Amino acid sequence: MNLLPLFVIMPLGSAFLLPVLNRLWKGFPSWIGNIATAFLTGLSFWVIQYAAETKTFAVGGWSLANNIPIGIIMVMDGLTVLMLLVVNFIGFMATLFSVNYMEHYTDKGKYFTLFLLMIAGLNGVVLAGDLFNLFVFLEITAIASYSLVAFGVGAEELEASFKYQVLGGTASAFILLGIAFFYHATGTLNLADATNVIAGKSGSPEILFIGTLFLVGFALKAALMPFHAWLPDAHPSAPAPISAMLSGVVIKVLGVYTLIRLFFNVFGVDTIVSFKEILLFLGILSMVVGGFLALGQKDFKRLLAYSSISQIGYVIFALGIGSSLAILGALFYLISHAVFKSLLFLNSGAVVYATDSRDLNKLGGLYQKMPVTTTTAMVGSLSISGLPPMGGFWGKLVIILAAIEAGHHILAGIAVLISIVTLAYYLKVLRMVYFGVLKKAFQNIREVPFLMCFSMIVLAILSIGLGILLLPQVRDILLGPAVQVVENGIDYAKVVLGG
Amino acid sequence: MIESQWVFVLAILLFLIGLYGVLVKRNLIKIVIGLMIMEYAINLVFALIGYRSEGTSPISFNGAEQNAAAIFVDPLPQALVLTAIVIGLGTTALLVSFAVRIFEKYDTFDVRKIRKLRG
Repeated sequence: MNLLPLFVIMPLGSAFLLPVLNRLWKGFPSWIGNIATAFLTGLSFWVIQYAAETKTFAVGGWSLANNIPIGIIMVMDGLTVLMLLVVNFIGFMATLFSVNYMEHYTDKGKYFTLFLLMIAGLNGVVLAGDLFNLFVFLEITAIASYSLVAFGVGAEELEASFKYQVLGGTASAFILLGIAFFYHATGTLNLADATNVIAGKSGSPEILFIGTLFLVGFALKAALMPFHAWLPDAHPSAPAPISAMLSGVVIKVLGVYTLIRLFFNVFGVDTIVSFKEILLFLGILSMVVGGFLALGQKDFKRLLAYSSISQIGYVIFALGIGSSLAILGALFYLISHAVFKSLLFLNSGAVVYATDSRDLNKLGGLYQKMPVTTTTAMVGSLSISGLPPMGGFWGKLVIILAAIEAGHHILAGIAVLISIVTLAYYLKVLRMVYFGVLKKAFQNIREVPFLMCFSMIVLAILSIGLGILLLPQVRDILLGPAVQVVENGIDYAKVVLGG
Repeated sequence: MIESQWVFVLAILLFLIGLYGVLVKRNLIKIVIGLMIMEYAINLVFALIGYRSEGTSPISFNGAEQNAAAIFVDPLPQALVLTAIVIGLGTTALLVSFAVRIFEKYDTFDVRKIRKLRG
């Protein structure tokens, strides 16, 4: 399909246009940034109609020769459509928010350039049909987000970003080493082509070794529990819209999506011994430890970052269960977490914008001055804690039901318990930031400008109404095809090459 | 001729040396050097994997069929290694510039003294 490269070309082109145009008029960055992401959002809504089919695009016209791909192909199937929608929509909301928010910082032109590069990288990772492109786009995203984390160039930002770079660089090294051995084992880097080769030698020690390298690399990118050390530093240090992108989208695309694609579609989840058990273990560990560490935090954004680790744990846990219902739950929770976690980070950005503080002990009583932020923050908090009928409730319900169905009763109990812990720390945030007595220092603050309110309100409405996606008729449009792709497993090769 | 697997073993050893540097060293610059060593080790492994002894370039001249016995070298690993080197240059430049900025703020390269973030 000829539209597919647009998802990468559009943001990439705008990103390189910006530094030139920025010299002419200071208003260009905001306009171009927003127009580009709005266009991409429109485009990703438009491709929903193709969710049920698998579309490929041969870059440069190098099509299949004897059913063996010789050029670069981009692949769009149900899972890709879902991820494109999440990336570009959250990206659009974040750029809307950035227009006013980034006036605190020095150079909007550079900010939007990096932001668009990040979007281009994310779209590229999702569309890549081979490991070569996946790696390159992954690095584009990573380099853009390293610089964005340190955009404030304060001492803490630089420290956080350096930590992020060292661990991110290590993760990339493991992934690249994995790709090298992957090439050695299969003689190709094309995912679909490699699937056929791997199917012939499933369970061999070589495949296990490659799997381990990839698991370590992508788990570092996804910040699963033993590999999480960079996330609680990096995500809070970034400007709020970037925190929203990092927590809401980047760890999901670079970590969760790639894990699903490689392990479910290419290696075949059952051929790698006890892979599901490893996911279950990592998921539960992230869920529990992330949740309890979040409880003790004094910094608003740091708490949200630990909460991200805990919530990603739910997604990985559900993938580890691996039944059809669990995958539905995992993908649905992935979308809903993207929506409400970016909402909560934007809320924290609004609070920082108005008060210039993110210390929970210094804030208080903001509901008198900032009604929109308070209301949307309440919606987001209740949704992430899983109160019915908010979006987050349905996600957790499906995951826990799937766990019980699969016989993991104790683990299901732990998931319920952690959802109560989640409620506890979000109530703490609500009490310490928005309710209580208004501190003297904050007598003169005002509600944030319209565009910032607008993006928060849109995300709040979505996080209430997301449950609609699970209704049978609606589910067939978006979630159904995505679940189908994961369930089909290594039939991915047939669909991509045969079509 | 040297047994080819020993080259791999040495390259993996180099990778592990880099990993050791990243994990154990306390100086920011040494950590950066560790990361670079890791990258170079991987590039070496990848280039070795792509090596075919007595292979020829996969180009057919004037549309003529080459003789079937010739072994073609797949250009893919070389292309990926080149790309990885460029990416490595970018990340290293970024890391070093950050190390310099951190030095300006903290007056030290010692990671033990650079800890404003905790919790």
